[in-house]
Amino acid sequence: MFKCKAVWNKLAPLVRASSTLCLQNARKSVLRHGRRLEMVQKAQMSSGPAGGGGENTLYYVLVGATCLGTGVYAYRTVSGDKERYNERMIDLVNRPKQGPRAAEAVKPVEEPTLTEAPVEEPLVTEAVVEFTESEPVTEPLVEASIPEPTVETLVTESVVEASVPESIIEVSVTEPVAEAPAVTQSEEPLASVVESETEPTPVIITAHVPEASPVSESAAVSEPAPAAEPVESTAAHSDVPEHAPYLLIGGGTASFAAARSIRARDPGARVLIVTEESELPYMRPPLSKELWFSDDPKATETLSFKQWNGKERSIYFQPPSFYVSPTDLAKVENGGVAVLTGRKVVHMDVRENKVKLSDGAEISYEKCLIATGGVPRNLQVIDRAGEEVMKRTTLFRKIEDFRSLEKISREVKSITIIGGGFLGSELACALGRRSTDLGLEVIQMFPEKGNMGKVLPEYLSNWTTEKVRKEGVNIIMDAVVKNVSYKNDKLEIKLKDGRLIETDHVVAAVGLEPSVELAKSAGLEVDSDFGGYRVNAELQARSNIWVAGDAACFYDIKLGRRRVEHHDHAVVSGRLAGENMTGASKPYWHQSMFWSDLGPDVGYEAIGIVDSSLPTVGVFAKATAKDTPKAATEQSGTGIRSESETEAVAVTLKAETTAPPPPVQQKEDYGKGVVFYLRDNVVVGIVLWNVFNRMPIARKIIKDGEQHADLNEVAKLFNIHED
Amino acid sequence: MSYCKQEGKDRIIFVTKEDHEAPSNAELIEDDPNDPYEDHGLILPNGDINWNCPCLGGMASGPCGQQFKDAFSCFHYSKEEVKGSDCVENFRSMQECMQKYPELYPQEDDNDSAPSGGADNAPTASTSTDSLPTSSPDSTPAATENPAAS
Repeated sequence: MFKCKAVWNKLAPLVRASSTLCLQNARKSVLRHGRRLEMVQKAQMSSGPAGGGGENTLYYVLVGATCLGTGVYAYRTVSGDKERYNERMIDLVNRPKQGPRAAEAVKPVEEPTLTEAPVEEPLVTEAVVEFTESEPVTEPLVEASIPEPTVETLVTESVVEASVPESIIEVSVTEPVAEAPAVTQSEEPLASVVESETEPTPVIITAHVPEASPVSESAAVSEPAPAAEPVESTAAHSDVPEHAPYLLIGGGTASFAAARSIRARDPGARVLIVTEESELPYMRPPLSKELWFSDDPKATETLSFKQWNGKERSIYFQPPSFYVSPTDLAKVENGGVAVLTGRKVVHMDVRENKVKLSDGAEISYEKCLIATGGVPRNLQVIDRAGEEVMKRTTLFRKIEDFRSLEKISREVKSITIIGGGFLGSELACALGRRSTDLGLEVIQMFPEKGNMGKVLPEYLSNWTTEKVRKEGVNIIMDAVVKNVSYKNDKLEIKLKDGRLIETDHVVAAVGLEPSVELAKSAGLEVDSDFGGYRVNAELQARSNIWVAGDAACFYDIKLGRRRVEHHDHAVVSGRLAGENMTGASKPYWHQSMFWSDLGPDVGYEAIGIVDSSLPTVGVFAKATAKDTPKAATEQSGTGIRSESETEAVAVTLKAETTAPPPPVQQKEDYGKGVVFYLRDNVVVGIVLWNVFNRMPIARKIIKDGEQHADLNEVAKLFNIHED
Repeated sequence: MSYCKQEGKDRIIFVTKEDHEAPSNAELIEDDPNDPYEDHGLILPNGDINWNCPCLGGMASGPCGQQFKDAFSCFHYSKEEVKGSDCVENFRSMQECMQKYPELYPQEDDNDSAPSGGADNAPTASTSTDSLPTSSPDSTPAATENPAAS
């Protein structure tokens, strides 16, 4: 405001002066003219302030010419700018598409340019382009025409030309007709544009080349590339396919079952399994059962075990020749299953349908299964106990854990197993069996009152504990571990009630923590009650994402929401997920079962919710010598007791052919029978105790979900007295 | 003589053989043969082959899966008097493929057993619901083992 006023104040007198001057001049001229007109009418003398006639014309001509020149120049500049702008926009739009085209474009361009590598000259291979303004350009501008007229790419040849380190050549492959004039005009500004982009383009190219082209082409492109960087990054990712129609994360039982299901239902399906482990998919039950009972000294290496019929089988679901290599997956004619080992999926982008691996590679998918299973839980006291204790602790789950424990069992004098569930009891029995041969002391401790205390009703749990004791295991019940320390080359376990146990090695079998690390990046729900990814009855977490196996907390239509950690469930849920990934939309309906054998005398199969906190009704018959798991396998002619359920299930034990089963001398004789687990008077779980091949009946009863008045009548359906 | 006892929330019943001789009066719900959710055996209710049947092992999903499916489908729908006699070509290409993977498909028997294996599978499968006693583990050749086991 002040400024304005100041300026106005300054200007005002000038204005006044000029205005008065004008007025005076005007009056003068008028008067003059007036006088002249009176006096002289012939000569017109324009002596006014406007200037003479001739001068006027010149003035007008000059002004006119200037205006015209300005107009022409402006027009040319504007239209040139417009063309340049258009071209720039096209360049920017094409740059993301530059990848796949880059490979194609670079190849044919390679030949003409490589021959002229050391020469810095404008190289024109296309006759269409006219250089009206051909000034020596420091950046050689190469234009090549490519047979596909529709292709517009922008490729820098910094990757290709090794001997031209500085210059970055931007090759505009343009539609010959339309863009040529634009190219000619914009040549110079384009050169300057190129200069300014010296920095970003190499980065862009190196990033694009590994990602863009399929593996075979990227290999060809990276060959001439001088920079070590692009070569390295392509080499590292060269065995990772960029896209997998079916991507299965995790390489365990559920994943393999899904792969098989997908291949059976979708002919020619291409399935990629990505697993953190270095092994091909294998089954876990033999790791704590059959492999320990094998007579074969090489069992730990070959991981094969003998079935009842003498036939060997491996724990691997299929030998390596079954699988296709990941690099061939996209090309093989009828599709196949490929396994990418030693890679972990660390990030999942659900919106873009792609995952990122631990080595940075990215894989896009159409349908994805998460079957990541879990990791064994550890006791907090052991976690905090220090390295010496951790070195002497095994968390048992994988093949390498089996191998290491097997080796340790031959070296140490005493092993303690913490945990009284399935895994702990099976390992205790397996090690107990070896205890006499190896001079090994086997101790098992758990907080419950008996083995399988959370699964079997108390009377059966007690009975089971006795059996395990007979296998040579020293059982310590009501044991809560308070402290584990390393002293005098031994581990000392202190219990809450003060007892002290000395041992050489500890096996912690205290449960499984489901692996849900991808939940965060994928935005998937994790269940707070059971753990694991929360999925619906069809095992779906979100569109195109399913979860199966140990990691899935699913809705069971009959039994409610649950999470099951058994082998058969992994097979059933994996198969169901595979069916649903190929369009089936079936809910979890076929109830999975599980089984356990503790020694040659005790074996049971179970189905449904088998929780010892539920009220139970058990119906038992007296057992004869014929009622053992061993006898069951021999009679039914099935080497695998659960073969009738699933095809890929481990065998029951069949190790001792020499010693007959010891006679059953118990207070209460729970030889064989059926136990019903009830929830609101409905049978939700059944244990078949030493009765085999009756699982279909049990499954039917659970499926019906009826309230039965007399369970003894229901028990009759099982014919427990017969074989 | 049966007796019963109660241990806390758990009830235990001991029964003799005679007690269980009388047929059960427990009521079971009638099974719906067209239940879409139910798992089926080798043959689906509409007559198609269930390639996802556990009984087939890995046959339909392995490297020779396509050839196996072609051969077995041809056999299944064959209306010839000697069932499958019009499918020799399919079986031959299946065997050619299998010879390339001796580890997966050990060549102990000829492809002669394959059609007979198919014949055995079809009738047995239609009678069983979701289990087949002849189901074999993966790494053993299902086609050759099945007839032997059944």
